Amino acid sequence: MTGRIHSIQSMGTVDGPGVRAVVFMSGCPLRCIYCHNPDTWDFHSGEEYTVNDLAAKILRYKPYIKDGGVTFSGGEPCMQADYLYEVATILKENGLHIAIDTSGVVLNDSVKKLLGVVDLVLLDIKMTTEDEYIRYTRQSLKSAISFLDELENMHKDTWIRHVVVPGINDSIDDIKKLGQLLSGYGCIKKIELLPFKKLCLEKYKKLDIPFQLENTPQMSEERLNKLYKAL
Amino acid sequence: MNNNFSQWHGFIQGKWCDDINVREFIQKNYTPYIGDESFLEGPTDRTKRLFNAYSEKLDEEKAAGGVLSIDTRTVSSLTSYPAAYLKKEDELIVGLQTGAPLERGVNPFGGIRMARSACKAYGYELSQEIEQEFFYRTTHNDGVFRVYTDTMKAMRHAGILTGLPDAYGRGRVIGDYRRVALYGVDYIIERKKEDKIELGRKRMTEENIRLSEELYKQISFLEKLKEMATMYGCDISKPAVNAREAVQWLYFGYLAANKEQNGAAMSLGRVGTFLDIYIERDMRLGLLDEAGAQELIDQLVMKLRMIRHLRTPEYNELFGGDPVWITEAVGGMGEDGRTLVTKNSFRFLHTLYNLGSAPEPNLTILWSESLPEDFKRYCARVSIETDSIQYENDDLMRPVYGDDYAIACCVSAMKIGKQTQFFGARCNLPKTLLMALNGGRDEKYNMQIGPVMPPMQDNVLDYTEVRHRLDYYMSWLAGEYVDTMNVIHFMHDKYAYERLQLALHDTDVERVMAFGVAGLSVIADSLSAIKYAKVRPVFGENGLITDFEIEGDFPKYGNDDDRVDSIATELLDRFITELRKNPTYKGAKHTLSVLTITSNVVYGKKTGSTPDGRKAGEPFAPGANPMHNREANGAIASLNSVAKLCYDSCRDGISNTFSIVPAALGKTDNDRINNLVSILDGYFMQHAHHINVNVLDRQKLIDAMENPELYPNLTIRVSGYAVNFHKLSKEQQKEVISRTFHESV
Repeated sequence: MTGRIHSIQSMGTVDGPGVRAVVFMSGCPLRCIYCHNPDTWDFHSGEEYTVNDLAAKILRYKPYIKDGGVTFSGGEPCMQADYLYEVATILKENGLHIAIDTSGVVLNDSVKKLLGVVDLVLLDIKMTTEDEYIRYTRQSLKSAISFLDELENMHKDTWIRHVVVPGINDSIDDIKKLGQLLSGYGCIKKIELLPFKKLCLEKYKKLDIPFQLENTPQMSEERLNKLYKAL
Repeated sequence: MNNNFSQWHGFIQGKWCDDINVREFIQKNYTPYIGDESFLEGPTDRTKRLFNAYSEKLDEEKAAGGVLSIDTRTVSSLTSYPAAYLKKEDELIVGLQTGAPLERGVNPFGGIRMARSACKAYGYELSQEIEQEFFYRTTHNDGVFRVYTDTMKAMRHAGILTGLPDAYGRGRVIGDYRRVALYGVDYIIERKKEDKIELGRKRMTEENIRLSEELYKQISFLEKLKEMATMYGCDISKPAVNAREAVQWLYFGYLAANKEQNGAAMSLGRVGTFLDIYIERDMRLGLLDEAGAQELIDQLVMKLRMIRHLRTPEYNELFGGDPVWITEAVGGMGEDGRTLVTKNSFRFLHTLYNLGSAPEPNLTILWSESLPEDFKRYCARVSIETDSIQYENDDLMRPVYGDDYAIACCVSAMKIGKQTQFFGARCNLPKTLLMALNGGRDEKYNMQIGPVMPPMQDNVLDYTEVRHRLDYYMSWLAGEYVDTMNVIHFMHDKYAYERLQLALHDTDVERVMAFGVAGLSVIADSLSAIKYAKVRPVFGENGLITDFEIEGDFPKYGNDDDRVDSIATELLDRFITELRKNPTYKGAKHTLSVLTITSNVVYGKKTGSTPDGRKAGEPFAPGANPMHNREANGAIASLNSVAKLCYDSCRDGISNTFSIVPAALGKTDNDRINNLVSILDGYFMQHAHHINVNVLDRQKLIDAMENPELYPNLTIRVSGYAVNFHKLSKEQQKEVISRTFHESV
């Protein structure tokens, strides 16, 4: 079996705990307005890897990984769940901690099987109302919530990630809404508010895709800390 | 002989009492420390006052354009300057290199020309007395040029061999300065005299005659060392009686070496754990508390930071300022499994806080997986906060050098007092490749330097043919390189022998001859391009290849890709094999380094366009680093490529400089520390040799380049040592900024 990999970052430290290899999978059904990886949208981007080739490549980074592991991001990793299941199984046998970074857009049998070998799910909750979710991502909030329900059923460790964009979802009210939406889930171990940044501007220019938030300011640390307190 | 000095009270006795054996003294007496840094103390008032005086001098020096003053009338030696002080009443440790703080002395033994032009460059003129004296003397530099062949001169001129130590002190010799403190000078003299008598019983071969004369010189300089200390009111004929004396005696040894030699690298050695034994003893006796212990180390380090040598502006351009490479090895493990980390290892690192971060001394952590976790974490924290320390793999070096080795210059391990080195600068591999393509002609100067062959005429370069030629020219290069080194070191021994430093070695000393290569990643990628893509040579009017057209992609060193990484490792293995075929002066063992310091900029300038797509004049990557921005898989993949280079082929060291923005190392301070420790463990576990760590934003460097006054103490690591960013030339600053900063988040 082969998968399509957009790129591999051998040293990630911000997508899950510890030092991690981060694999960016090709292709995503969402079109988040603030997406910082538009180059991974295309399902045909990147390179094809066999299961063994990808696993071997990641295992080369193992000596550096103590409390870390590997994170499959993207793109949307769950769109290549069968392939990832095979890769993750090998990596897990070799003692690596497995995380996926997903929007929860798809939950089928393949994904459920994949979740069986995943240690940690980084679930991106993009927006807190159905209207906004559709407007800013072109998909439905409902899938994300079903996904979260499934994680709750499985008692799967989950970190929620939520990108905060000035003028879109950065009011105290917005964050309180997020808190309400997530309340009651025992699987959630951590909520990370990620500041909106514009480091991706170059990528959009290269791809010749208009970046709708070009004039939106970046999110400040200070403001973010205030929002954390409101959670 | 007296083998039970009263100064040794409280020490556990052993073989070290009957013969010079500092290692055994340490092993029997030191106290490993596995705790954290919470015991450390800030600077004392006395240290603060002295530091202010020192800072004022530094400001004056900066205002004067980098050289505060030059004593042009005195030839630098152990006793040629009167005792001098920075602020006498606050100096616990005394001794200045010349007659005034930060004043530079003149040392013409390596070469009068360099001394003369350095004086001139800063608006001084070498005095007539010195000119007169050296008119009748042969310097090292004179000797070398009497013998250099036309080919050697041509290789030097074109920059195939560069940075040769043929005009100043060769350096890289580490005296065992601890011996002065432990045994006192009289005992060392006594032992040297015995060695000389012993030698007299053998046949007077050329080798023995030479050694006998060397011993005579060593003994006479040990006498001068005592005399120098007497000028400061200290009698160092006997061992040190307490911690302050131990620091002082040891420093006198080091200071004297710097008065005698202006060597390119003047390492201190590995003194921290040795001195800790004296500190612990004083503490047990209630003579010293922690603040007092830190004060001694702070004051020693301040003195070390005041060491200066007079260099020409060209030298400074090559090395980015005027480094002394006062390398001190910190940490490591003992052969018996106990850590050699002591509280003093922490105290040396802590000077970076008490006295601010600075390039000197060049603090080098000997990293082992087995180091105490708290020490690892403290090192990581110091790296993240100061960018002032480097790391070398103790688990890799200990099996070769034992557990009492130090680092000469940047990355070069040597058994202290038992091994010495003939420093060999480096040769330019990409130029050698171009020469192979051009049939022995230099691509910049269009002069025939190597053996004649018709230039390659292929429309597309054929890998097999290129390798065949490269092998041939590398073999030729190795022969010329060894011969050149032999000439240099024969003459250095003859005219600028390190009398004092070698007096602080065993008489029967092992020697290595340390060769080096520059441009490893450029040549590896060039060969990869020829092998995996299509490379077409572009010919200039003179018939030489001036550029290359590349069609298609090719694997690049720095991505953990064996297809190209194996080219790099194989080239090094081959080159050391070629070097070993050529006999060396005094039977020294051949070693090899992959290290360029900051000179990768200058080497690049002297090298035409290369088949990897690098254009003529563009800088090389430093040391063993992959070329800038060719790493597609991030930091760990890049570290993995470097880790493949084989230490057995490169016993003189493999330097890698790692720059990362803070955010890419983790979200919190604690994450960053943990992650850096993991990365260091992972890198060294794979038998990598060395790494410099810089944790800083590119933006900060750009700002520092534009507003130097805002960042007077910004220190960054370049291959093998630290520099003040503002002392780099604009070109070097730009090169540092253009390097890969691992910043993907």
